[in-house]
Amino acid sequence: MARKPARAPNDDIGEDVRLRMYRMLVEIREAEQRAFDLFLQNLVKGTSHLSLGQEAVAVGFACAMQPGDLSFCTYRGHAHTLARGVPVEKVLGELMQRDNGLMRGKGGSMHLTSEEHGVMGSYAIIGAHLPIACGAAWRAQYKGHSDVSVCFFGDGTTNIGAFHEALNFAAVWKLPVVFVCENNLYMEYTPIGEVTAVEHPAAGRASAYGLEAIVIDGQDADEVYRAAMKAYEKARAGGGPSLIECMTYRYSGHSRADPAKYRPEGELDKWLKRDPVKIYRERLKQFGIEEKVIEKIGADVMRVLDDATEKCKAAPMPPLELLTTDVYADGGWAWRN
Amino acid sequence: MAELTYRDAVARGIAQEMARDPDVVFLGEDVAKAGGVFKATVGLLEQFGPLRVRDTPISEQAILGAAMGAAMTGLKPIAEIMFSDFFAVCFDYIANEFPKSRYMSNGQTKCPLVVRTGNGAGSRFGAQHSQSVENWCMMIPGLKVVAPSNPRDVIGLLAAAVRDPDPVIFLEHKSLYATKGEVPDGEIVDTLGTASIVRPGKDATILALALMVPRALAAAEKLKAEHHIDCEVIDVRSLVPLDTQTILGSLARTHRLFTVEENPRLCGWGAEIVSIAADEGFYDLDGPPVRITTPHIPLPAADILEDIALPTVDRIADRVKRSLGA
Ligand SMILES: Cc1ncc(C[n+]2csc(CCOP(=O)(O)OP(=O)(O)O)c2C)c(N)n1
Ligand SMILES: [Mg+2]
Repeated sequence: MARKPARAPNDDIGEDVRLRMYRMLVEIREAEQRAFDLFLQNLVKGTSHLSLGQEAVAVGFACAMQPGDLSFCTYRGHAHTLARGVPVEKVLGELMQRDNGLMRGKGGSMHLTSEEHGVMGSYAIIGAHLPIACGAAWRAQYKGHSDVSVCFFGDGTTNIGAFHEALNFAAVWKLPVVFVCENNLYMEYTPIGEVTAVEHPAAGRASAYGLEAIVIDGQDADEVYRAAMKAYEKARAGGGPSLIECMTYRYSGHSRADPAKYRPEGELDKWLKRDPVKIYRERLKQFGIEEKVIEKIGADVMRVLDDATEKCKAAPMPPLELLTTDVYADGGWAWRN
Repeated sequence: MAELTYRDAVARGIAQEMARDPDVVFLGEDVAKAGGVFKATVGLLEQFGPLRVRDTPISEQAILGAAMGAAMTGLKPIAEIMFSDFFAVCFDYIANEFPKSRYMSNGQTKCPLVVRTGNGAGSRFGAQHSQSVENWCMMIPGLKVVAPSNPRDVIGLLAAAVRDPDPVIFLEHKSLYATKGEVPDGEIVDTLGTASIVRPGKDATILALALMVPRALAAAEKLKAEHHIDCEVIDVRSLVPLDTQTILGSLARTHRLFTVEENPRLCGWGAEIVSIAADEGFYDLDGPPVRITTPHIPLPAADILEDIALPTVDRIADRVKRSLGA
């Protein structure tokens, strides 16, 4: 049988990217679900913020990136970290605070960092990383590098000063940075509309910084991918920053402690009908991808995930010497002679 | 050798490092075209151009955040925060971001940057433009903190700070900008974490920082002339890393310890050093260590009030004299 061309006529995305995006959507969905199950077994300690329901934002933006592009994430950063290709064992290991974790248990779930994959940190102080992404973009501009800095944050983050400082700064300096607001309708527990002066917390502020107001469907990975491509091209061409608001929804509570009782009845069900993984599975079928190919992707992801889970459960805790390493660049913690 | 003001030493130190390393960039409010509100960065824009010397909006979080992002990805930024009091509006970077990123990432994230700022009292600017905030910074693991007292140290410690792979808070004293000192020609590079004995003596050790160094020296001269008390004066220079060896070594010779601190009393840097002395130098002490500080008050604007708030030459001399029972 002749192989189908990777990209059908009138298809700007193509089969290779679509399969990659689907695999990643499933991987994030299953890994987040697994993280939740591991909490219940008390194997994930501390806190944890899941992206169940928000997977398409992470996937669309990451799959449109080139190697060398930089991601700046929040505490809700497992999805963005996985989407850049960080092995799931490393992420789960960190959530379980084991020695095989991404930072060997020194950062925890809120601070996933893998510079070799372009994941330049996950930040747990609301808004802190928007100016930091500006600085990375400034370096690219100064050095003539072509990478883009991409900064992810929530709707609630648009009401902190650092958001506004960063947007203005990036616009005035024309920095190659893309600000991505994942509008999941809530800050921790308060609906964003109750505490925000404009209907769209990010896009409604764009004009104040001379930027286009962009609101996209964050449940459709193709739409996210296209918006990402456009913003990255603009950034690489010297056209300055973009601010993109993605409408999305988190299926679970804000963090492990939150049963999300504050949500009106029917809201979750309404969003479940537009589930990003389901939407994308249908999309693949529309583009003629066979059921068994789709099934195999799912099975592959589960095999890797199960294997990673077992490895993490068997992994040792970090050695006690790690307590005082890497406070300073000499590798130690000495503050006096 | 040339005589240089502390203010001009700042510009010379930055220029020395920018000329050496194209990855050194400089940003802050009014620092480029205007040459800084204290005129400490005059000429840098002309010498290094607008890509390396950049005026920013009044956005302290953006200034420090951008410095960090640039540092993480390969540059060596120097960021200016006009007055150290404004650390309070961008403290997230100082307290949470710069100093913790390396640790949290298990050594992946680098943060080689310098934050320069105008610190300290004496300008009659009142409570929000006069503070000595070195102790705000000293308490945070992961930061380095230096405060030069003279033009030569400004250049040498600034060069050391820029070349250091860790985030360094560089506190310039506003009341020292106009003071002068001898500075050698050519490149000057000093070492962080080294105190210097600026006046040897045998009867008591006086530790001081920044503006308090010339006052401690003047007090020492007065004590010598009027009471034959011979004080050793140490310019601490670097709070983190802290040169405890020089301090404890001096204490072992003089057997008395005084700190002269501009910061308000509670949790000032001297408290930490006195606790180290109590721990490790107790049997060298012939009397209780004494902290001479600004009282625990916000600073007033009026000159006659501000003048009595900070440790003065007379107050230092008097306190040492009384403690020594002279
Ligand atoms: C400066 C600061 N204030 C408050 C918090 C506590 N906090 C953590 S997450 C969060 C909600 C953030 O909402 P949003 O930006 O919409 O992101 P989401 O959690 O929905 O992804 C809050 C208030 C914090 N971490 N930092
Ligand atoms: Mg939200």
